[in-house]
Amino acid sequence: MRSSVGNPAAEKRGMNLTLRIWRQQGPTVKGKMVTYKITDISPDMSFLEMLDVLNEQLILQGDDPVAFDHDCREGICGMCGVMINGQAHGPQQTTTCQLHMRSFADGDTIDIEPWRATAFPIIKDLAVDRRAFDRIIQAGGYISVPTGTAPEAHATPVPKADSDAAFDAATCIGCGACVAACPNASSMLFTAAKVTHLGLLPQGQPERNDRVVNMVAQQDREGFGGCTNIGECSASCPKGISMETISRLNHDLLGALRAGARPKS
Amino acid sequence: MPLELFSVGEPIADTAAPTDVPIGERWSERKFRGRLVNPANRRKLTVIVVGTGLAGGSAAATLGEAGYKVKSFWYQDSPRRAHSVAAQGGINAAKNYRNDGDSVHRLFYDTVKGGDFRSRENNVHRLAEVSVNIIDQCVAQGVPFAREYGGLLDNRSFGGTQVSRTFYARGQTGQQLLYGAYQALERQIAAGSVEQHARTEMLDLIVVDGRARGIVARDLVSGEISTHFADAVVIATGGYGNVFYLSTNAKGSNATAIWRAHKRGAYFANPCYTQIHPTCIPVKGDYQSKLTLMSESLRNDGRVWVPKERGDTRDPREIPEDERDYYLERIYPSFGNLVPRDIASRQAKNVCDEGRGVGPGGLGVYLDFAEAIERMGRPAVEAKYGNLFDMYAQITGEDPYQVPMRIYPAVHYTMGGLWVDYDLQSTIPGMFVIGEANFSDHGANRLGASALMQGLADGYFVLPSTISSYLADGPFEKVDESHPAAVEALTGVQEQVQKLLSINGNRTPASFHREVGQLMWDLCGMERTDEGLRKAIDRIQEIRQEFWSNLKVTGDWHSFNQTLEHAGRVADFIELAELMCIDALHRRESCGGHFRAESQTPEGEALRDDENFAYVAAWEWTPEGQPPVLHREALEYEYVHLAQRSYK
Repeated sequence: MRSSVGNPAAEKRGMNLTLRIWRQQGPTVKGKMVTYKITDISPDMSFLEMLDVLNEQLILQGDDPVAFDHDCREGICGMCGVMINGQAHGPQQTTTCQLHMRSFADGDTIDIEPWRATAFPIIKDLAVDRRAFDRIIQAGGYISVPTGTAPEAHATPVPKADSDAAFDAATCIGCGACVAACPNASSMLFTAAKVTHLGLLPQGQPERNDRVVNMVAQQDREGFGGCTNIGECSASCPKGISMETISRLNHDLLGALRAGARPKS
Repeated sequence: MPLELFSVGEPIADTAAPTDVPIGERWSERKFRGRLVNPANRRKLTVIVVGTGLAGGSAAATLGEAGYKVKSFWYQDSPRRAHSVAAQGGINAAKNYRNDGDSVHRLFYDTVKGGDFRSRENNVHRLAEVSVNIIDQCVAQGVPFAREYGGLLDNRSFGGTQVSRTFYARGQTGQQLLYGAYQALERQIAAGSVEQHARTEMLDLIVVDGRARGIVARDLVSGEISTHFADAVVIATGGYGNVFYLSTNAKGSNATAIWRAHKRGAYFANPCYTQIHPTCIPVKGDYQSKLTLMSESLRNDGRVWVPKERGDTRDPREIPEDERDYYLERIYPSFGNLVPRDIASRQAKNVCDEGRGVGPGGLGVYLDFAEAIERMGRPAVEAKYGNLFDMYAQITGEDPYQVPMRIYPAVHYTMGGLWVDYDLQSTIPGMFVIGEANFSDHGANRLGASALMQGLADGYFVLPSTISSYLADGPFEKVDESHPAAVEALTGVQEQVQKLLSINGNRTPASFHREVGQLMWDLCGMERTDEGLRKAIDRIQEIRQEFWSNLKVTGDWHSFNQTLEHAGRVADFIELAELMCIDALHRRESCGGHFRAESQTPEGEALRDDENFAYVAAWEWTPEGQPPVLHREALEYEYVHLAQRSYK
């Protein structure tokens, strides 16, 4: 993961900003960009804390606050995520909750929009429905090992290099930035991360072929676009999931198809 | 004793543990004596599981695999978001892979001692026994634990122990364990054995003829409030640290499910036992929405210090060694920086109270890696702690490879929770409580890397075994939305939601949340006094009154309305805060994370009063205007010798 330290020269006084935010009442209602002025924002605030300040003001005015998803606010749950000036999670390679206002300058205008993808319908304003990701996992993103059936943990040593690479892929937080950043709205990086994680481990071998064909078929069914190896996904991934995972997925997919694996209908 | 604040009821006892056999045989014996449900009958039995963290996710998956019909509820969009995901450091297990003298008995002993002798021996012993199975299960699921070059699992040590028994996946152990449980759960959803209710929040429990039979829940997207029924209800909604507003919990973590179950008759045990974690990033401004933990594992290699002189504002790198006070190493030479959390937190508070704190407001101490970087080399430090250092840099704008981290204690975990017996069943038959939501295993202080262990022990192994004894009497008489108990619960929830929307005052839910949180931090936080707690109780009652007369929530309840969600949770936090203070006031001893200024040793350590307080305080809710009722469960120690904790 890229370590990104803020600009220490950023002045510690309040910033005045213009926000242009996508407002949309519901999935079937037409939305629009609405402009808000906000003052005295500390550079040490997180991006979401800045939105909190705006929302507190809106509530007191009797206006509808901006809906946005968030939860852990420490960059690990994957619940938050918006397009900031056209970039998924904004100008740094991190989650929206970990982006701090020191990344912006006094007087900036900031555009804030939801993830845009057919497979991620809008719920309200900046909140989208990402359950398509869960359905991709349901299609095969697991190792079938009912509770109580596991052998002793040390029965199967795993080479450290494989284990470390599996871990790197497994750090995907399912935020959806990859889809939002991709011009095709492809979920390939998300799927590839799981295929790589489980495919690198000895425990993941028995289901390896079925896993990849079924997960790929599911992403097509969900309406995600195809992957054309552009790489915006990896460049916007807060966990730095690498493009190599996509190569591994393609490798596994071809191998599985050659071996006769076919998706469940 | 302040009788006006509570009354005393009959003692309570845990009758589910088979205490007629030795402690090492009790869990096997309980499973053997428990009744089973044959596989053909399981599909006729429905279980509601609320929450999908380590406990709820693993329980729902395991019950689904066993063949029960499971209905799983969570408030986020995906089960993978549950806040277990944020646990950093690791998970304990008595594998003794390091050959350093670990055993089930030692893990049991360490945990009881770490909890300052306020947990139940039977539960803790079972936890230690089951710990080894958890590691096996997770490895088989593909959890990528850290490994050594030989391909075997690596371990590290954690606070309050002298062995290395903590398994970890860099600083993201909770994430990886949760994804294991999440994937198992998604597999069951695909198989049709688990019915999913995403973005749905439990708002009440439905009790029929004395049994928990369902819940009232609100679909947070459509706003629809509806009833759901089952033969048993499992609550796995985590802790209530967000009472303090600022904590390491997720913003959405809340006490609503456990509090409303409490109001339906479930006793609430030891609500004042709160864990204040010593290593968090200090507060920066009044806009702050949460606090971020820096894993306790950092204390393996980082050294905690403050300047010897008060008011020393020099750059820490320019303070010479002999002008630094490595106070944990000085006071506790044998455990040093790895003393348990409650002790490390209180000492940080002490040095800051002396005026030796660092950073803005003097509320911080240094956690310094200079020596570790020199000893191990930067790449090794990066490999071990890289993601934590990145996180610190991201939040503070400072580079911890160059400048010592600044840390300060923050609310992290709640050892208290709904009272359960050995079967994890609450005082409402048919309602089980697992994970952080119950009170059972950590006493007055939880050791590091034990929360993940407990969550998964409860969800994978304990609950699935014990719940069958209860379900063997089922299926129970069919209940639907027309049952008077269901109508009453549903109407109650609708009326409350309507009320929250209709006040139309001048303050937001967040402003009330901040106010009650600050009050709790000041008066029911790291140090508590009789006077302060009484003041807090008075003030909470005023805040509560103002909340119900001056709250402002915009919008309606028939749609996605995050302000309304927050308002409902704050209403419950305020009520719970009062019970926490009453519990803290009545416990006139110090133990673990509960430090009463009136009860300390000459050296300033927590001084227990075993003669009067070696019990679990289980509180019964009473209708408006009447004080809660205290039921005592005596704690008996057959295997662990009660002693003053010493980490010197």
